[in-house]
Amino acid sequence: MSKRIDVENLDVYYGDFLAVEGVSMAIEPRSVTALIGPSGCGKSTFLRTLNRMHEVIPGARVEGRAVMDGQDLYAPEVDPVQVRRQVGMVFQRPNPFPTMSIADNVLAGVRLNNKRISKGDAADTVERSLRGANLWNEVKDRLDKPGSSLSGGQQQRLCIARAIAVEPQVLLMDEPCSALDPISTLAIEDLMSELKNDYTIVIVTHNMQQAARVSDRTAFFNIAGTGQPGKLIEMADTPTMFSSPSVPATEDYISGRFG
Amino acid sequence: MPVATAPASSALTLTGNRLPRWAPWASVAGSALVAWGVLVLTGEHTATTVAALTALLHAVALTSVSRYVEGPRRATDRLATTLVTVAFLLALVPLVSLLWTVVSRGAVLFSGTFLTTDMVGVFGDMTSGGVAHAIVGTLMVTLTATLISVPIGLLTAIYLVEYGRGPLAKGITFFVDVMTGIPSIVAGLFAFALFTLLMGPAYRSGLMGAVALAVLMTPVVIRSVEEMLRLVPNELREASYALGVPKWLTILKVVLRTSVAGIVTGVMLAIARVIGETAPLLITVGMITRTNWDVFEGRMATLPVFAYSQYQQGGVGVDRAWAAALTLILIVMLLNLVARGISRAFRPKTGR
Ligand SMILES: Nc1ncnc2c1ncn2[C@@H]1O[C@H](COP(=O)(O)OP(=O)(O)O)[C@@H](O)[C@H]1O
Ligand SMILES: [Mg+2]
Repeated sequence: MSKRIDVENLDVYYGDFLAVEGVSMAIEPRSVTALIGPSGCGKSTFLRTLNRMHEVIPGARVEGRAVMDGQDLYAPEVDPVQVRRQVGMVFQRPNPFPTMSIADNVLAGVRLNNKRISKGDAADTVERSLRGANLWNEVKDRLDKPGSSLSGGQQQRLCIARAIAVEPQVLLMDEPCSALDPISTLAIEDLMSELKNDYTIVIVTHNMQQAARVSDRTAFFNIAGTGQPGKLIEMADTPTMFSSPSVPATEDYISGRFG
Repeated sequence: MPVATAPASSALTLTGNRLPRWAPWASVAGSALVAWGVLVLTGEHTATTVAALTALLHAVALTSVSRYVEGPRRATDRLATTLVTVAFLLALVPLVSLLWTVVSRGAVLFSGTFLTTDMVGVFGDMTSGGVAHAIVGTLMVTLTATLISVPIGLLTAIYLVEYGRGPLAKGITFFVDVMTGIPSIVAGLFAFALFTLLMGPAYRSGLMGAVALAVLMTPVVIRSVEEMLRLVPNELREASYALGVPKWLTILKVVLRTSVAGIVTGVMLAIARVIGETAPLLITVGMITRTNWDVFEGRMATLPVFAYSQYQQGGVGVDRAWAAALTLILIVMLLNLVARGISRAFRPKTGR
């Protein structure tokens, strides 16, 4: 239930502005890949190209290839809606649907797509996804309450439950903990190490310790200056990156000397 | 007596002198008394002059006392509070007096029978008869206008917010702004000319009036729905896209669903805008004495036109006109209550 993605020479543009240039990397299945780097270096931009979410921004486009298990995601016959069903996403700010109950939020991928689902299957999906997101015990008694009645950390786990309810192959997370307190952050980090048994996970984080704790591989992005494109500086196994990075800029960033 | 201290020496104190809570009220009462006394002596005491002089004296008295006791910052605050309150009361005067006039004059003829009878066989000074036919007409014409303008307005707003880029969207926005300012009589003449072309000069129907009202209503609907759709956070659209939901379903089930409450309110405002229109209905649907349920054929009575024509007749007609006006206000209030109920039922849930 998890796939690898090979990115080759990817450029991302917003209109005429080249935001990310020449990224090539391999994202391994059943592992956590962390993207780190200073603000504005294009981590979110790059992440969104992996499920073609950049296309909802007018003028955004890519050049290059991103191949998921042999299928080029940007091939002309590929439907972005189908890509997003296989590559789920969790955003920086928790964004449960305010008009839906907790249970309906989990089932949103099914309900919004007008798919019929039996009551029993729906209950199973809700329980499985909420258990998967470590939220079941906290909300099992109030599944029909609005999703916005939860705390920030719970809302973020609800969003994770919503993402895994549609059983994607890959899960992208853009700074999922940056709006959360340390305890909720810990809960989500634990969750990631469980989820990587089933999913390919890519996470953007500003927190070095978090990258070191949860990820198997780390990619460092950097930017030469404002208006310049962001670039992938280096990528390696996380322990290697944090103990002996091969590029001096990486070491400076990781040790907190800039950024 | 402690005097307001200079800023330099009060730098370390967190307390200051304050006027007691009843001070503004005392000031109002005192000012009213003085104003009344002065004006009685000069022989110019009307409600208006007393109120105006009271306001003036109160503003001066409270501000200067406050300046002396509390210091300049609080005094300015008190002056601003007084000005805001006076402005609010001034704005309230026409509203209350209008409501009072309509209710008191409308009550003369207003009754259950007035609401349930039409004007068939009512002549001269007879005080019988009522507005049943005009209520039906107003509701039918407004409903038809709503049925025409809401789909057009909703779809246009969706286009502008979710799809529109470039010159076409800009052009539409420009024309919507222009349409918002169309005088209602122009809309009436437009509908009249249109139906004369299509159906011949003798054709009259509720539909004709509905088209005229729809011309006035559509830009209001577009504007308010557009505002509401723009309020839906982009994050919700992205959350939906990220689940593999296509754009049209996202619009239908997330964007529209999140903003229904506001859309209903906006449509209500648009209805309230047109339900009292007289001129376009006068030249399109005209007036008749019995109830006509068929919007596609024949003249129709409507409340505003009914009020207008009865008022012109004079005599008991004037009372009928006021009672019809009261009926119209009650209908608008009722519709507002219904709309509130609907938007309450649909609005995003918060809290535990
Ligand atoms: N919607 C957008 N339109 C135009 N430029 C954008 C947009 N989003 C981001 N950018 C630009 O792309 C660059 C990378 O931004 P981003 O991917 O958000 O960086 P990061 O997530 O690493 O902080 C920045 O220069 C930013 O200004
Ligand atoms: Mg970012």
